[in-house]
Amino acid sequence: MEFVTRFKNALFLVAVLLAQAIALAVQVRGPANSSEPNGEKVRLIRLWVIGAVTPFERGTHAVGSGVQKIWFNYIDLRHARQENEGLKRQVAQMRIDEAAIAEDALQGRRLQALLQFRQRYVGSTVPAQVIGNSATDQSHILTIDKGSSDGLRPDMPVITPDGIIGKLREVSSSTAQVVEINDQTSGAGVILESTRIRGILRGTVAGRVQIGNLTADSRIKPGEHVLTSGGDQVYPRGLPVGVIESIKPDPDHQPYMAITIKPTADLNRVEEVLVITGIQPDLSEQAQQDLATAQAKRAADLSAEKLPGIHDDQQNNRPPTAGDTTTAPGSSDEPALKAPRPLPAIHPDRYSTGATPPASDLSPGVANPAVPQQIAPPAAPKASKPTLPANTPEQQEPQ
Amino acid sequence: MESMVTRSYMSRREVEQQSFHVLATLLIPVVALLLQVMLPRISPRFAILDLPLIVTLFFAVSRRSPIAGTTTGAVIGLLQDLLSGMPAGVNGMAKSVVGYAAASLGSRIDVENTATRAVLTFCFSLLQSVLLYLIQRRLLEIHGFHVLWLHELIRAFVNLLVAVPVFLFLDRWKRSE
Repeated sequence: MEFVTRFKNALFLVAVLLAQAIALAVQVRGPANSSEPNGEKVRLIRLWVIGAVTPFERGTHAVGSGVQKIWFNYIDLRHARQENEGLKRQVAQMRIDEAAIAEDALQGRRLQALLQFRQRYVGSTVPAQVIGNSATDQSHILTIDKGSSDGLRPDMPVITPDGIIGKLREVSSSTAQVVEINDQTSGAGVILESTRIRGILRGTVAGRVQIGNLTADSRIKPGEHVLTSGGDQVYPRGLPVGVIESIKPDPDHQPYMAITIKPTADLNRVEEVLVITGIQPDLSEQAQQDLATAQAKRAADLSAEKLPGIHDDQQNNRPPTAGDTTTAPGSSDEPALKAPRPLPAIHPDRYSTGATPPASDLSPGVANPAVPQQIAPPAAPKASKPTLPANTPEQQEPQ
Repeated sequence: MESMVTRSYMSRREVEQQSFHVLATLLIPVVALLLQVMLPRISPRFAILDLPLIVTLFFAVSRRSPIAGTTTGAVIGLLQDLLSGMPAGVNGMAKSVVGYAAASLGSRIDVENTATRAVLTFCFSLLQSVLLYLIQRRLLEIHGFHVLWLHELIRAFVNLLVAVPVFLFLDRWKRSE
């Protein structure tokens, strides 16, 4: 009893450490379900703590975003209209480009269908705001303001337009935790874009992203783009991950290389994310519409290449010129036949189309009046008397 | 005479012990954890700070009770683990030891001195890094786990810089017994 009284402080510390060590052992024992990494009880406690902290995070986020909105939406609006117009044009152009790319991909899809490949496309997404970070820099966790009531479930991939961010871990009714790809516990199947080499992406203790299961290969070079491979059954195939930054031997795992990736998404400054809630085997309706647009555009382009006269409708709007003789005699409304015509010259000369009047207006032996003076042949040297040809304008002048 | 000396020593120790209002006891760690979660949203560089450690140290050296220090460290560390997605107990164990050691030391040296507080924060920040390394590398057997010691030194220095004004601010919440 005296021993207990004398060493009660140390015994208390040992008891606390022992309890926590047992709790740790229970958590890392090896979960049966990957969506519940820490056991059901710890998961529940974790959700309670997150739920208790979330209102404060939401409040702070609301205040911060309110101040930002007042500034950005009412004060700092210079050039917003011009920027908006520019962005609209950019979006329209990107839609066309995207449609063209989708059309190009159609052939690949047909081949995949022939080979019975199973393809997965992003079907539905839920946008979410990041409201909190991890409480220590040893883990890279984000808290978002959407949860199971919005259709989110553990292991759903989280992306931004720039690239992948991570996947969901703990999901409560109104919030969820996102494990970023640079967290030590994260992993993703990736493929190198040009060499098509597959690897496994992992986070490091320093918060970097590395591929660590590849041996030295001269084909792998810095600057190569890295995409998701789809092999992990979490991230859909083909999403941008990052760019290879450096390739070094991994001292802990010889003979493998530590290929460091620079993520395309800025993991330190994530504000809004998209949670992929649905994967489908076909393209979305919007993508299919874009594809149809692309096919129609492609068909129109091919027709234009093969039938140049189709451009005549563009020329009908220009003012008539002397050369416009396509209207059939006796018909003043519609041209009877549209003959192919070259476009008007920017700097017309006597060789340009339409510069010469119709043959019915010309008189035999008389110079062509349509030939401009400035483009007449250069004058003869002064030393010799000019000998004008018989059909020069000077000879036609009245005496 | 001996009993007088003992009584006198205990009385002095009891006088030096500080207590806090229950609201301060609850709110200060919660605010520290909230700030720890939200400050990196402003700038990722704030992640190097460890406000829960500073609060643990403050309560431990102020109360000068190893049991209270251990409890404070365990609770704050566990909450930090739960908010970080880490296995519950990693920071809990590290901060329990830090709380116990800080409280034990606080009853022996003058912890009201600013220089002492700065040195304590620096040393205990490094101690926590060592403990976290041991827990993750040895207990959890995470073989790929490394500690960037230069980074940990910088962290300890940053914690030192922040701890001094934070301690002065938190001193206002003390109640002498």
